[in-house]
Amino acid sequence: MKELLVIILASVFVNNYVLQKFLGICPFLGVSKKLDQATGMGIAVTFVMLVATAVTWPIQTYVLESLEIEYMQTIVFILVIAALVQFVEIVLKKYMPSLHKALGVYLPLITTNCAVLGVTINNVKDEYGFAQSMASSLGCGLGFLLAMVLFSGVRSRVDNSASIPESFKGIPSTLLAASIVSMAFFGFSGVIDNLFA
Amino acid sequence: MNKLSIMLKGLIKENPVFVLVLGTCPTLAVTDSVSRALGMGLSAAAVLICSNIVISALRNIIPDKVRIPSYIVVIAGFVTVIQMLLHAYLPSLYEALGTYLALIVVNCIILGRAEMFASKHNVVDSALDGLGMGLGFTLALFMMGTVREVFGAGSFFGYEIPGLSHYTVSILTQAPGGFMVFGILIAVVNKITKGKALKKKEFGCAGCPSYAVCGKKTETEKEADR
Repeated sequence: MKELLVIILASVFVNNYVLQKFLGICPFLGVSKKLDQATGMGIAVTFVMLVATAVTWPIQTYVLESLEIEYMQTIVFILVIAALVQFVEIVLKKYMPSLHKALGVYLPLITTNCAVLGVTINNVKDEYGFAQSMASSLGCGLGFLLAMVLFSGVRSRVDNSASIPESFKGIPSTLLAASIVSMAFFGFSGVIDNLFA
Repeated sequence: MNKLSIMLKGLIKENPVFVLVLGTCPTLAVTDSVSRALGMGLSAAAVLICSNIVISALRNIIPDKVRIPSYIVVIAGFVTVIQMLLHAYLPSLYEALGTYLALIVVNCIILGRAEMFASKHNVVDSALDGLGMGLGFTLALFMMGTVREVFGAGSFFGYEIPGLSHYTVSILTQAPGGFMVFGILIAVVNKITKGKALKKKEFGCAGCPSYAVCGKKTETEKEADR
């Protein structure tokens, strides 16, 4: 249990997918303008990461590894994730329309989100078991959500600032703000190890 | 269209990284050293050229409704080929790139060129477009990698630069430095071209070449109508 907690906390704060590993940058910069959109996207990504890990882990263990065709991993995983996102969208539309209304907009975007594919591949690379993989996905998703929510707050200030030089307006100033938020996350490195030492 | 201009536009005028702001994840993640940046750029360029050729050759066979999944399968196939080749012949680069090599599959430059260019043009033009865009991507990554390695680690391609190696700004090779250098380089491109090249001031879906097909557009417009 303690091990799982360490995995979750480490992937939320220390190895944050967006701010330290640069995965899922497109939605991080694109959908972080408003707090409610940022939250919706973060929750949708967390949800898809959990479902994708729950499906890809058994495929990797019982199909790819037992048949010794691990080299098919990239093709199989991206197809599974793409099909899964469509499937989740159809199911949500039919049985949970309120949830679909909240998350539906973000789901098609997630198919080619590198954070989702990244977390499933990294789980295999780190040789995690099923529970550990799920914990790591939960942590990465929550880390993404945290980064989105924090950054949407920062952006509402930066975007409304009038004193930005002409060439830095728009994308460059957003990137510099992201750089500072990323620096703030440096403060967490080492905290998790000491917490459970 | 002039064959040469098809190739050259990807290098500067429509540089996928600095002008179109696509493929931001690898641009930030693997540019902490020049060798990783070059390895990533060339691998992605190889995938882009091959996928553009195949998709262009199959453009009349692939049914319109399943074209995006078909493109993804073609791209994933070539990524797997590159992975196996690097694993066999350049194992050190394979280790250095790690997960990011597999993530070329979801690099939006590649899917974007398949949808915007290869599905509408003949094989030769598509190959040239892939070559230009791929080299433009490599060039951008190389510039990022050079700035970050020279000032962050005081070296170039792993060789120490005399005089600089004692005055390094080590944060440039770490995560915040990636965002910072990228932001400053885009601002410099903005300044040089007086903002002409960079009409797009926003990130997000509207800038993505697969915007019209990924379903987001219609969904959000539906949301807006409600």
